[in-house]
Amino acid sequence: MIQNLTFLPILLPMLAGVLLLMPPLGSKTTSRRITSVVLSAITFLASVVLLLKVQADGIQVYAIGDWSAPFGIVLVADQLSTLLVCLTTLLGFVCTLYASAGDDEKGSFFHPLVHFLILGVNGAFLTGDAFNLFVFFEVLLIASYSLLMHGGDKKNTRAALHYVILNLVGSAVFLIALGILYGVLGTLNMADMAQKVALLQGDDVYLAKIGGLLLLVVFALKGALLPLHLWLPNTYSSAMPVVAALFAIMTKVGVYSMMRVYTLIFGDEAGELSHMAQSWLWWSALATIALGVMGVLASKDLRKLTANLVIISVGTLVALVAVQSVEASSAAIYYLVHSTLVTAALFLLADLIGRQRGNVADSITAGPPVSQPRLLGVCFLIAGIAVIGMPPLSGFIGKVWLLKATLNAEYSMVFWPLYLLASLAIMVGVTKAGSTIFWHHQDKVTESVEQTRVHPAQLAALIILVSGAPLMTIFAGPLSEYAIGAATQLHDFNNTIKIILSGGK
Amino acid sequence: MELLYASCVGLLVSCGVFLILRARTFTVVLGLTMLSYAVNLFLFSSGRLSLNQAAVLGYSSEYADPLPQALVLTAIVIGFAMTAFVVILAIRGRSDLGSDHVDGELPDKNKKVKV
Repeated sequence: MIQNLTFLPILLPMLAGVLLLMPPLGSKTTSRRITSVVLSAITFLASVVLLLKVQADGIQVYAIGDWSAPFGIVLVADQLSTLLVCLTTLLGFVCTLYASAGDDEKGSFFHPLVHFLILGVNGAFLTGDAFNLFVFFEVLLIASYSLLMHGGDKKNTRAALHYVILNLVGSAVFLIALGILYGVLGTLNMADMAQKVALLQGDDVYLAKIGGLLLLVVFALKGALLPLHLWLPNTYSSAMPVVAALFAIMTKVGVYSMMRVYTLIFGDEAGELSHMAQSWLWWSALATIALGVMGVLASKDLRKLTANLVIISVGTLVALVAVQSVEASSAAIYYLVHSTLVTAALFLLADLIGRQRGNVADSITAGPPVSQPRLLGVCFLIAGIAVIGMPPLSGFIGKVWLLKATLNAEYSMVFWPLYLLASLAIMVGVTKAGSTIFWHHQDKVTESVEQTRVHPAQLAALIILVSGAPLMTIFAGPLSEYAIGAATQLHDFNNTIKIILSGGK
Repeated sequence: MELLYASCVGLLVSCGVFLILRARTFTVVLGLTMLSYAVNLFLFSSGRLSLNQAAVLGYSSEYADPLPQALVLTAIVIGFAMTAFVVILAIRGRSDLGSDHVDGELPDKNKKVKV
C-alpha cells in the first residue's frame, strides 16, 4: 500500500468516478451524494498522507508497470506537485459538498465528472513524462467540457463550443510540439529530456527551440495568458459557479506545466536554450495583468469580476515563473495556493448572493437586499480583503513576498508600478461591487423575492474556502517554509534528475 | 519520400487551418479533423522515415522506432473521441442557437454591437 501511495491520487478518483456510474448509485440521489463526498474526502486524505511522506522522505518516484525511467512512464511526487494535488483534492471535496445542496441535479453525471476532472488534474501534476502530460490534459479537458455544459442554457452552449474548439486546436499544437521534441531528443521523459537538451548541436538546437516555444503556446492557452486568454471570462462566467470554482485549479495546471518545463527542461543547465522562454513569459504576463485589471473595472456581474481576477492571478504567477529564482518560485507557490482558494470562494459567494437577489442575480446593480446579509457580507469582506491583498490576510503576505522576490532593479522598474496600480484597481472594483450589492437597495421592491437561505452543505463548503485566507495567515510560517522547500527542490536540477532516473533510490 | 511526406503534412495543416478559420461549425469540425490527420502523420515521422525495417526489437539489427507508433495510436484514439464530442456539440449548438454560425448568430452589419 505504502509504495503505491504516489499512485493513489490518480487511482482513487478514477475508481470513484466508475463506482458512481454503476447502477446502485446511479439512480439514488442521496446515496450518490454521500458516496461522492466521502470518496472525495478519502482522496484528499490520501493526498495529505502523500504530502507528509514526501516532506519526510524526499521525492517519490513511481514507475508504472515497474518499467524504469526513461523507458517507462514514471510518476514523480515532489513537494510542489503534492501540494497542488492536495489543493485540487480539497477543491474537489468542497465542490462535491457544495453541489450536493441541489446543483448536481440540474444535469446528469455531475459527481462522476468531478472525479474524472480531479483524476486528470492530479495526473497532470504528478506525471514525469511529457506525452503522459498530454494524455492527462485530455482527460481533464473532456471532463471539463461536459461539466461546462452541466445545467446550461443557450449562452452556455456558445461558450462551450468556443472553449472546445480552442482546446482541440491547442491539443493539436501540443502533439506537434511533442513530435518535434521527440524527434530531436529521442525521449519524452522530462528528466531525460532535460539532460539531452544540453547536448544538442547544430540545427537540432533550433528544432528544439521551436518545440519548446510551441509548448509555451499550449500552456499559455491552458493558463489563459495574453493573447490566448479571451476564452476565459465567458467560459467561467457561463459555467455553473460551483463548476467555475472547480475550474479555478485548471489555469494553474498551465502555470505548473510552465514551471516544470521552463525550469527543468529549458532551465539553467540547458546550454544554448537555457531560459529561452523567459522574455516571452515576462512581457505577456505583464500585459495579462494590465488586461485583467481593465476587465475587473469593466465587469458587470460578480462572476465576470471573479473570472477577471483569475486572469490577474495567472499573470502574476507567470511573471514570477519568468523571474526564475528560488525566491520568486517560492512566492509563486504561496500565491498560487492563496489565489486558487480565494477565487473559488468568490465564485461560490457570487452564486449564493445571486440566489438571494431574485432576477438581479449577481449583477453589480442596486437590487433587493440579500436575506442573510451578515453571513454573506462577512464572507465577502474576508474574501475581498484577501483577494485585494490588504493586511492582515494571506493576500498581503503573498504580495509582500512577490514584491520582495522581484526586488532586482531589472524587474522592479516595470513590475512594481504595474502591480501596485493593479492592486489599487482591484480594490476599487471589489469595493464597488461589495458596496453596491450589500448597501444599495431598490426603494420599491417590484417583485417578491423568494426567501432562500443558504443550505448547510453550501455553508460548510463556503466556510472551508473562506477560512483558507485567515488560516494561511496564521500558519504562514510553516507554509512559507514548505513553499521555500518546494521551490528549492524545483530548482535543484542535478538532484532531481538523479533521483528520477535512478527510480527514486 | 521525405519531400512527398512533408508536403502532405503541410497541405493538410494549411487546409485544416483554413477550414478552422471559417465561420460555420461544420467546416470547423472538418478543419479539426484534417489538422488531427496532419498531426498523426507528423508524430509518425518523428521516429524518422524508413523502409523495410523490422517493427519489433531483436528480429533484425535495423529496426524502426516503435515509440512514435504507440504515440500515434494514442493520439488517434483521443482525437477520435474529441471529434465525436465536437460533432455532438455542434449539433446541439445548431438546435440551441438556431444557427450553425460559430457565434450562434449571423453578424448583422447594421446592428450596433451590444456588450
